[in-house]
Amino acid sequence: MLKSQLAGNRIRALRKARKLAQAELARLAGVSPSYLNLIEHNRRRASPALLDAIAETLNIPAETLAQGAEDALVEVLRASAAVTSAEIVPELDRLEELIGRFPGWAGHLASLAQRVETQERAIERLSDRMAHDPNLSAALHEIVSAVTAVQSTAAILVETGELDRDWREKFHGNIHADSQRLARAAEALVAYLDASGEEAGLAAPQEELESWLARHGNHFAAIEEPDPPDLAALTEGQAELASHAAREMARTWLVQAHTDARALPLAPLLAALRAMLASGAGFRPDALAEVLDVPMDRLFRRLATLPEARDLPRFGLVECDGSGTLTQRHPIEGFALPRFGGACPLWPLYQALAAPLRPLSALIEFPGRPAPRFLAFARAEPIRPAGFQAPVVLRASMLLVPATPAVLGGVPPALPQLEVGSSCRVCPRLACIARREPSIVAG
Amino acid sequence: MAQNHCVPGESTADRASMTKAGHGGGRLVLVLEDEPNISEAIRFILHRDGWTVISHAEGQDALEMIVRERPALLILDVMLPGRSGLDILEALRADPALADLPVIVLTAKGQAADRERAMRSGASLYMAKPFSNAELLAAARQLVGV
Repeated sequence: MLKSQLAGNRIRALRKARKLAQAELARLAGVSPSYLNLIEHNRRRASPALLDAIAETLNIPAETLAQGAEDALVEVLRASAAVTSAEIVPELDRLEELIGRFPGWAGHLASLAQRVETQERAIERLSDRMAHDPNLSAALHEIVSAVTAVQSTAAILVETGELDRDWREKFHGNIHADSQRLARAAEALVAYLDASGEEAGLAAPQEELESWLARHGNHFAAIEEPDPPDLAALTEGQAELASHAAREMARTWLVQAHTDARALPLAPLLAALRAMLASGAGFRPDALAEVLDVPMDRLFRRLATLPEARDLPRFGLVECDGSGTLTQRHPIEGFALPRFGGACPLWPLYQALAAPLRPLSALIEFPGRPAPRFLAFARAEPIRPAGFQAPVVLRASMLLVPATPAVLGGVPPALPQLEVGSSCRVCPRLACIARREPSIVAG
Repeated sequence: MAQNHCVPGESTADRASMTKAGHGGGRLVLVLEDEPNISEAIRFILHRDGWTVISHAEGQDALEMIVRERPALLILDVMLPGRSGLDILEALRADPALADLPVIVLTAKGQAADRERAMRSGASLYMAKPFSNAELLAAARQLVGV
């Protein structure tokens, strides 16, 4: 819907920009003017062949109309328009026209909107840090206390004409002691801010980790070697890993990946996976785990970090803790992960949290045209054997694989089908039972 | 236990001998502040203005001390060891016998939310550190009506 609307408006905007009459374009593209009118007003969807013909007539690349090249632009501009000041009323009904006629300005506006959002998030994060950082709070308290003592005592010395000698000496001593204390506190504060300055970047450590993993395609040849990987060599000097925390997380990730690789080497995994897909039975992680004799969570992690191969599907993986916070994110194309805030509560990942140890699978569909479909496999389990007194700490993981014929197998699986999204704010499914806040991309 | 700082040229026990001249008129003010040099400066300023000053640096037994000493004014730091100043203030306001005691709340946190919290807890007046001596004195006088 979104895309066809866009295509219609785009065709109209481009046609008008070329001062071409509707009837003329219809004639050149081989359709009736009334049909083109319906398409331009988004009442009919143009077939791919017609889009090609129109593109040729308008002398533009077919992808301009066929692909939702500007979809992301529309979403960004819509989101930006939703939060503009009350006096400004952007002409949302002419958004596609704006993008069609002034793509450069639209791109510039979207880029500004994204920068504003990124900076607002950064300010939010830094304010939060200022307000809640115990080290900063303690350092400032120390400074304010010393300044207060110095100011009050100095004022007494200056304002009191005849001050008893003993008092004067006492106060001089106090000021000296407080000024030394102030110097120490200031020094400690500078050292603290200096040390944490490298972490004051815009990205959270997890985002840094994800960018780093994404650049490496979620795979490092070094983890497949028998010897432990050189953690320092792999994590130092990496542009994405700006903060100490992110480098620490990267090292933890590499250690886990190496342990997983030792327990489940690449060769037997790839052989078993290829054999399974070639058999026509589709992708069945439970059967694969049994054949390879590994726990499911290990298999999930290994699949999500496979080297890219043309004959194998890509796997995505998300993990969350018991609070629902995403702790591992290996996205794949079409599976949009929220950058901020909570994800879609309908994800099998969260359903698994409600039924620990019970494997769940579903055929999930994201909004889009064509709607990306994935097979999702989720399972939640305690991170360590639960004690009688200790609280149970759960971790859920969800493996995703594009629902291609090879993955689905010959017989369509009798699986629950779920229409999910990324997160409510950017999801167009208005009537969703799990909606927790209004969407900015629908309506 | 009141913490009597070493005040040069003055016995810590001779409250009665303190001057009744000045605006304080010998009224008793209790300073609950754990920073000794701030406490000492406040003590000096108020003493010079004719107040009888006792100071204490612990939050834990502060309420008992207030009940025992019955000061005319309380100067209360928010961050006290043992029990927070705001906690003491709330307990104090819940006691009908102490509900009207004028209280100046001192805090190193000057944010609006901290001020609101102090006023909600029952502060008569809120002063962010660092404060000026003149302002503190004016506030003390105003609250006891001199």
